[in-house]
Amino acid sequence: MTRHIISVLVENEAGALSRIAGLFSARGYNIESLTVAPTEDASLSRMTVVTSGSEDVIEQITKQLNKLVDVVKVVDLSEAEHIERELMLIKVRAGQKDREDMKRMADIFRGRIIDVSDNTYTIELTGDGRKLDAFIQALDQAAIIETVRTGTSGIGRGNRVLRI
Amino acid sequence: MDRVKGKSLTGAEIVVRCLQEEGVEYVFGYPGGAVLFIYDELFKQDKVRHVLVRHEQGAAHAADGYSRSSNKIGVCLVTSGPGVTNAVTGIATAYMDSIPMVVLTGQVPTHAIGLDAFQECDTVGITRPCVKHNFLVKDVKDLATTIKKAFYLATTGRPGPVLVDIPKDVTAATCEFHYPGTIALRSYNPVKKGHAGQIKKAVQLLTEAERPMVYTGGGVILSNAAPQLTELVRLLGFPCTNTLMGLGAYPGTDRQFLGMPGMHGTYQTNMAMQHCDVLLAIGARFDDRVIGNPAHFAQNPRKIIHIDIDPSSISKRVKVDVPIVGNIPDVLDDLLKLLKNEKPRDIKAWWKQIEEWRAKDCLKYDRKSKIIKPQFVLEKLYEVTKGDAFVTSDVGQHQMWAAQFYKFDKPRRWINSGGLGTMGFGLPAAMGVQMANPGATVACVTGESSIQMCLQELSTCKQYRLPIKIVNLNNKYMGMVRQWQQFFHGNRYSESYMDALPDFVKLAEGYGHRGMLVEKPGDVEPALREAFARTNELVFLDFITDQAENVYPMIPGGKGITEMILSEDL
Repeated sequence: MTRHIISVLVENEAGALSRIAGLFSARGYNIESLTVAPTEDASLSRMTVVTSGSEDVIEQITKQLNKLVDVVKVVDLSEAEHIERELMLIKVRAGQKDREDMKRMADIFRGRIIDVSDNTYTIELTGDGRKLDAFIQALDQAAIIETVRTGTSGIGRGNRVLRI
Repeated sequence: MDRVKGKSLTGAEIVVRCLQEEGVEYVFGYPGGAVLFIYDELFKQDKVRHVLVRHEQGAAHAADGYSRSSNKIGVCLVTSGPGVTNAVTGIATAYMDSIPMVVLTGQVPTHAIGLDAFQECDTVGITRPCVKHNFLVKDVKDLATTIKKAFYLATTGRPGPVLVDIPKDVTAATCEFHYPGTIALRSYNPVKKGHAGQIKKAVQLLTEAERPMVYTGGGVILSNAAPQLTELVRLLGFPCTNTLMGLGAYPGTDRQFLGMPGMHGTYQTNMAMQHCDVLLAIGARFDDRVIGNPAHFAQNPRKIIHIDIDPSSISKRVKVDVPIVGNIPDVLDDLLKLLKNEKPRDIKAWWKQIEEWRAKDCLKYDRKSKIIKPQFVLEKLYEVTKGDAFVTSDVGQHQMWAAQFYKFDKPRRWINSGGLGTMGFGLPAAMGVQMANPGATVACVTGESSIQMCLQELSTCKQYRLPIKIVNLNNKYMGMVRQWQQFFHGNRYSESYMDALPDFVKLAEGYGHRGMLVEKPGDVEPALREAFARTNELVFLDFITDQAENVYPMIPGGKGITEMILSEDL
């Protein structure tokens, strides 16, 4: 079982997301995360699916994705050099006494405080999934009020591109 | 895109015009609120003929049977909500066997979608996992192009059912009618030619093989590659098997044909599948009912060449050495060109081994029985119809016996639900077969349990005067369920006995057909002869058969392909 990041260019049509999500559930494939948004070409959406499975299963996943009529292209990013990023917004307790500590912790992880109230901070943090996990681990668990993660997005390094 | 000069039409008119443009002869359907405008347009013309079924499942199966038995495409039309949900079994049946079909469904008006309107269901959502593709048309301007796409997608690449959901207001709205001559989709480009390098590798393996075997499935039938397959197998002199979905692709009466493979395949075929050194798989998918346990199958390190139009069928259950993605007739043409210059090895020793396996006569049964043996009925059916009938079947023991004992020499003659295994398929499918092949002999082999699942279509058969011959193998049991209960559940026949069966003769008569009860082996042939001589009427033949008869050979679930139970073992 290895982790794979699969990028999918798909026609930006109603129901495309459910076709892909439905394929994963119908065939029993894992989904760790799934993100989707339009690209610079408004007729195309790009989806990033993080999944795990044996080589045979990953081969089937890419073949089955390619078979969907709305899918234009599929690339397994993890087959070569690539960059992955995820965005997290995390709301934490930041009362009088822990305000400084919390600020310092955010700085260490290169997070930004984007909203402040009397007793909370909302911190924005970008990185790969492990960095976000590490930040959560580093915090006093009781201090965490709310966490939102986008799931992983990925792109190939250098000249490696996915476009039509 | 070619465009026909436009004229303003309603959505309903557009639907019917599109069907006419596609040359559709028959639409199998059932009216309802959401499709009333379309039915009104059907009424006003006579190019596209409508066949009124008695239940939407029947419409889907009939359209499916129409496709399977011809090189044309079946179309069905149903209303929203229950019309769709009733058709789902038929759509899923076609999907599992890759049958081209276009399904037009009514939908509540666009402004009512999502508001739990009367007869509303999420048709696109419900059918998504059992169609090749589906569409919801929200704007009448997209209607003609969408229907064109549906026909294009259904019939190209790996075929399958495609559904177009049309809200009622879209059928009433108007726009100019342009029917595109061709369609190009950037996201969909099925391959035709196989990879030349892979084809060369295949030629090398085939010429060097000492124990070759050719194994073909439904893909050969669907792609009309039976002539090339026959030429290839004869040229090479190799043994050949066709799966349940592929029967008729290679002549069933030929010596090189070893019988069907798999759970109820012949002994010689299953032994050859396991012990060959080179396996040429064409348009087949190594499914669980064919190769049994894949770990057991992999114990023999044979080389596998796999030709298929769908890359996802390759190396799905079994690792393949030489994958060739392409349209089967194109790939076989290329293979044949190269093979004509090669001399394959002498495989006499392999044939000798196969003949020893064949000598086991694994399909033998008690021919002296005082009770009618189902196998005997099928042998006689074969004789009486001179092996030239279209045979549809339902699902269960009778299906397996039909596949074993009726020798299909031609493709598209054997029509059954192999993938989904849908009881109730046989009779409505036979209607589609008869519509596609007027004047042909059509037999529906069924059992007393299966036939009752779509029995209402006897009424449709009367309305359209379809002279189908129903061969009902009546053993009062859901035979295949009973067989599994006997083998694997300690003879506890839980709910597999069917009490209070109807008098099928009277039932057939009630629908305006002829019924015949056959209780003695000696009466089987005369009854069949009499029934098939009645070329203008439907005859329901109710054969009272041996309740204890089992289908042999049998590979128990999860066992290896050679771990067969033979009749002689018991």
